[in-house]
Amino acid sequence: MSKIEARGLNVYYEKGTVHALKEVNLEIESNKITALIGPSGCGKTTFLRTLNRMNEVNDVMTKGKVFIDGVEIYNGGVDVIQLRKKVGMVFQQPNPFPMSIYDNVAYGPRVHGTQNKKLDTIVEESLKKAALWDEVHDRLDENALKFSGGQQQRLCISRALAVNPEIILFDEPCSALDPISTSKVEDLLRELKKDYTIVIVTHNMQQAARVSDFTAFFLLGEMIECGKTTQIFEKPKDKRTEDYVTGRFG
Amino acid sequence: MLLGDSAKMPLRKEYTANLEKLKVDVQKMGELAKDSARNAITALVQRDRVLATRIIKENVTIDDLEFDIEKRCMKLIALQQPMAVDLRTIGTCMKIITDFDRISDLAGDIAEIVVRIADDPHVKPLIDIPRMSEISQGMLSDCLEAFSTGEIKMLEDFSERDNEIDALFDQVRRELLTLTIEKPRFIANASHLNFVALHLERIGDHACNIASRIIYMVTGKRRKLE
Repeated sequence: MSKIEARGLNVYYEKGTVHALKEVNLEIESNKITALIGPSGCGKTTFLRTLNRMNEVNDVMTKGKVFIDGVEIYNGGVDVIQLRKKVGMVFQQPNPFPMSIYDNVAYGPRVHGTQNKKLDTIVEESLKKAALWDEVHDRLDENALKFSGGQQQRLCISRALAVNPEIILFDEPCSALDPISTSKVEDLLRELKKDYTIVIVTHNMQQAARVSDFTAFFLLGEMIECGKTTQIFEKPKDKRTEDYVTGRFG
Repeated sequence: MLLGDSAKMPLRKEYTANLEKLKVDVQKMGELAKDSARNAITALVQRDRVLATRIIKENVTIDDLEFDIEKRCMKLIALQQPMAVDLRTIGTCMKIITDFDRISDLAGDIAEIVVRIADDPHVKPLIDIPRMSEISQGMLSDCLEAFSTGEIKMLEDFSERDNEIDALFDQVRRELLTLTIEKPRFIANASHLNFVALHLERIGDHACNIASRIIYMVTGKRRKLE
């Protein structure tokens, strides 16, 4: 069974006047990295945000179904807080809270009621998983905003990991980073997929080709083609995918 | 914002033009290599030392073209990060220019043999060697057409055609062996012809390599032809 499955998913913005996602059907496998690619405005971020109901913070209408571990997440009985704990998210711009490294990572577990004595372990483990511990272990009390963009982004990943999610959504996580920080985050993604299911939106096709196992191509709100990343970048089935990955439009 | 007409706007004009120029030059190199191989056998049949000498000199042009094409392929990969059919095309160009270079080297080797034996009459009528050349020329022509048009149907029977060349090579070897046992004074000349046949057999193998690469370029599927 797929970890995530979207069936006939439609999303509308602005009181239904903008049809941002059209009948999207997509299955996402467990412990794999799935990249969503496509030109600006194609609906890839909109799709990503449906997976933990982040779209609901805006004026959005969603039709169709999204299943996670077989459970329909748009069902009225689903606890959205628990859903977002299970499906973490990392954004384009590093957005640490204006507080210490320690408190940033401990914030989520505290909200979910974790006792103080367990927090040290959670913070250390989360920072280690995000390959940041060695750089910050003696500076945990320093304000997170003092660190570099790459370190801040890995801190945000640690923060997402601290509440023990199963799925992590990355929305262009490297677009604000320099090449070395990008490379560190990419290495990290490969490590993280052993324990988590990862969905990443990226504008960088080489990044999608480097890190992902599966790639889905979106255009004008439709999911045009999804397949193994090697197939999508070596021999896409759809002409529109080929035109996009060869840079002939976008 | 949803994507509008900008999605249909053609992009990467310079890159596309460079890719097209690359294909044209690979085609040109292929034509030169094929002509060298054909002329080498013409020179052999007609014992034409002048033509043979010209083939040896022209090899330098093909070598230069190979280096130039390889350099441009590397540059396109490094600077343009090609994907899908573009990457397959550039990969194919980089691979098949090595085969074209080897074909022109083999043609040069045949031409050198012609320079050495042009004064002596052939030890036997040349029938199978020109036939081997004719088959390999047909294979190379089909490769070049498939490379240019993307139509790969004519490459389907390459294994059979290569088998035919191999069979002719065996026949030539047997014949020359029998001849030299009967008339040992022909050993030197027969040995030269044996090498010519071997070189033509190798040209057939290179044509198969090129065809495999073109099939990959067009379909994305790797298939070994031999």
